[in-house]
Amino acid sequence: MIEYISIGMNSCGIAAGAKDTYQALVKGLKERSLDIPIKVVGCAGMCYREPLVDVVEGSGITGYGGVTADNVERIIEEHIVKGSQVQDLMVKKASRSDPDDIRWDMDMFFKKQKKIVLENSGIIDPEQISEYMDRGGYHGLRKALSMAPPEVVSEVDRSGLRGRGGAGFPTGLKWKITMEAKANKKYVICNADEGDPGAFMDRNVLEGDPHRVIEGMTIGAYAVGSDEGYIYCRAEYPLAIKRLSIAIDQAKEKGFLGKNILGSDFSFDIHIKEGAGAFVCGEETALMNSIEGKRGMPRPRPPYPSEKGLFGASTMINNVETWANVPWIMRKGADRYAEFGVDRSKGTKVFALAGKVRRGGNVEVPMGMPIREILYDIAGGSSTDRDIKAVQFGGPSGGCLPSTLFDTPVTYEDLTKTGAIVGSGGMVVMDEGTCMVDIARFFLDFTVKESCGKCTFCRLGTRRMWEILDRISEGKGREEDVSALESLAYDVKAGSLCGLGQTAPNPVLTTLRYFKDEFMSHVNDKECPAHVCKPLMRFNITDRCVGCTACARVCPVKAISGEVKLMHVIDQEACIKCGSCVQACKFKAIEITGIKEVA
Amino acid sequence: MDDVPPVSGSHQAKKIVERSKLIPRLQKIQEKNGYLPEAEIVSLAEELGIPLSSIYGVATFYTQFRFQPLGKYVLKICHGTACHVNGAVKMSEVITEVLGIDEGQTTPDGLVTVERVACLGCCSLSPVIMINDRVFGKLDTAKLRDILDKLKRGEIDD
Repeated sequence: MIEYISIGMNSCGIAAGAKDTYQALVKGLKERSLDIPIKVVGCAGMCYREPLVDVVEGSGITGYGGVTADNVERIIEEHIVKGSQVQDLMVKKASRSDPDDIRWDMDMFFKKQKKIVLENSGIIDPEQISEYMDRGGYHGLRKALSMAPPEVVSEVDRSGLRGRGGAGFPTGLKWKITMEAKANKKYVICNADEGDPGAFMDRNVLEGDPHRVIEGMTIGAYAVGSDEGYIYCRAEYPLAIKRLSIAIDQAKEKGFLGKNILGSDFSFDIHIKEGAGAFVCGEETALMNSIEGKRGMPRPRPPYPSEKGLFGASTMINNVETWANVPWIMRKGADRYAEFGVDRSKGTKVFALAGKVRRGGNVEVPMGMPIREILYDIAGGSSTDRDIKAVQFGGPSGGCLPSTLFDTPVTYEDLTKTGAIVGSGGMVVMDEGTCMVDIARFFLDFTVKESCGKCTFCRLGTRRMWEILDRISEGKGREEDVSALESLAYDVKAGSLCGLGQTAPNPVLTTLRYFKDEFMSHVNDKECPAHVCKPLMRFNITDRCVGCTACARVCPVKAISGEVKLMHVIDQEACIKCGSCVQACKFKAIEITGIKEVA
Repeated sequence: MDDVPPVSGSHQAKKIVERSKLIPRLQKIQEKNGYLPEAEIVSLAEELGIPLSSIYGVATFYTQFRFQPLGKYVLKICHGTACHVNGAVKMSEVITEVLGIDEGQTTPDGLVTVERVACLGCCSLSPVIMINDRVFGKLDTAKLRDILDKLKRGEIDD
């Protein structure tokens, strides 16, 4: 008996075509007069197999992946009407009673994961509070309200939870400081300004399970004695903002938010503030300036937000994922939470896997798992025929680690030792076809644009660094460039007020540390080993050419000439190295080489 | 600024509250017009009692705000890390070649505005572009050219 069909409709699912899938489902069921409810859920994390559709029946859940509108017919006809699963589309088979029990998982994607923050993502309808409550939602809040605030703080402290936004500051300590601050007015803030390119964990939580962020914030507000909170969400996440607003209204209706929460003396309200497109606003003091209607520039610390934050009042600010851990900790207890993870890095961490990896998406793993297990066992390794060369942690503030360091356990301390950081959780995978000089320049390009301009070193130093990198990638690098780059990197770190400038040189420093050979090839040999830097590469037609003229027809600058059925030639002067010919050639006759190798 | 937070109801507290409305108000104006027209900014300055220069400072700080009208279609090209390693630069070049405009510009017929964005958050579909509210992922140059041809004929709906 089929109870319902669910479809993942976070923005990643919608981008993969889930709206068309949804329409096709509605139509297909209606045509057969089948009265089966369709439930809209968040993302289960398998972004690489979206659109995702689950068929939920008494015997268990069958997950299907890659369900485009065309595939819907087959699922309805074969599974729903005839009762036999569509084997080639199946991605998982899970138990009804225990979400951790995924008995058969084609891709091994779930096997090593532990879901705390994402326990409901892809399972519940994020726009129905009842679904969240059925899975233990708001129990943590009830329990917290039965305790004295210092007990709540101590519970969070004992869990070992640390800030998941990047810096890893102990959450319990932050709560304790804010609780003890003497102030008439206190604010709590949720930092949902997820701006690191390559990171989408927070978006998934906000879109797929918004109530847990609201519950976490409410527990935090009770613990520190605040009556007003803000969620600062980037404007690029309209669906997250919509689902949060719905969740806030529902929580108020049920008495989990607003005046005299659950009949207690405690009152708390949450406002949503939309960001306006500035990466630096992910920095806590810049974020507060932005809420106040000012330019989002950071303020010097001290005074710390706990003392003097939003509107001059004592403020406690945590990231989305940090807040999303809190309801689970309160519900199940700090000891249960601390069972996961290692040493000083407890619990789980959500990573957003992207780049040259087979199974990209959101994964949640116990902290301390070696990088290799995440990349290979969960994510299935490289998505191309080339090996994984490096993985970039923590976006523009993080670093690139080479494959020789893939046994490093993912903890705050171990990653910091390597020069990278856990960061917000973006993990971008790079293969042998990625040029590390180009990647360093890419991140610098980002920080140059996003620097708010307050500190000279960050404003100008990052630009000078970019110029050096640009020169190197153009093949015009000078011997002294590499050392100049390095010393400038340390100056920018030392001379910047906030996290943006202090960490902006990290991608450069780590690529210099682990991939110096590549820099030297660019500088000394004028070679780009990955053949990415355009001025250092050339296209040649080899004797595999059969003279089909396909390349000559697509070349936008008419740089390819040749008679039909005879080998073609590229005019190197005219070639703009766009690569259109490589894509058009069915015979793999066009090869890319360095400028020195002549075919 | 004083060290003590202002007492609620005081003149200073009111000023702070007015000020915090600024960005949401600018967002509303832009939502209505597609950009920030000068006349509306001038009247907003009077209404909120905030100097025009200060509003201009805020509006230019955030990349969301613009002072020029947008094209009928807004094409956002994602330059996030995942898109970058999967060929976003090449996609940009094709866009420039086909539409004849650079990132940040609008076609002379007012049909398309091309914007460069840092990350759309659909990294597993990279490289990605977004036309109005619709996302096109896993692009290659052929697929992109196809989309751009449709776009030029006005055949893309939301």
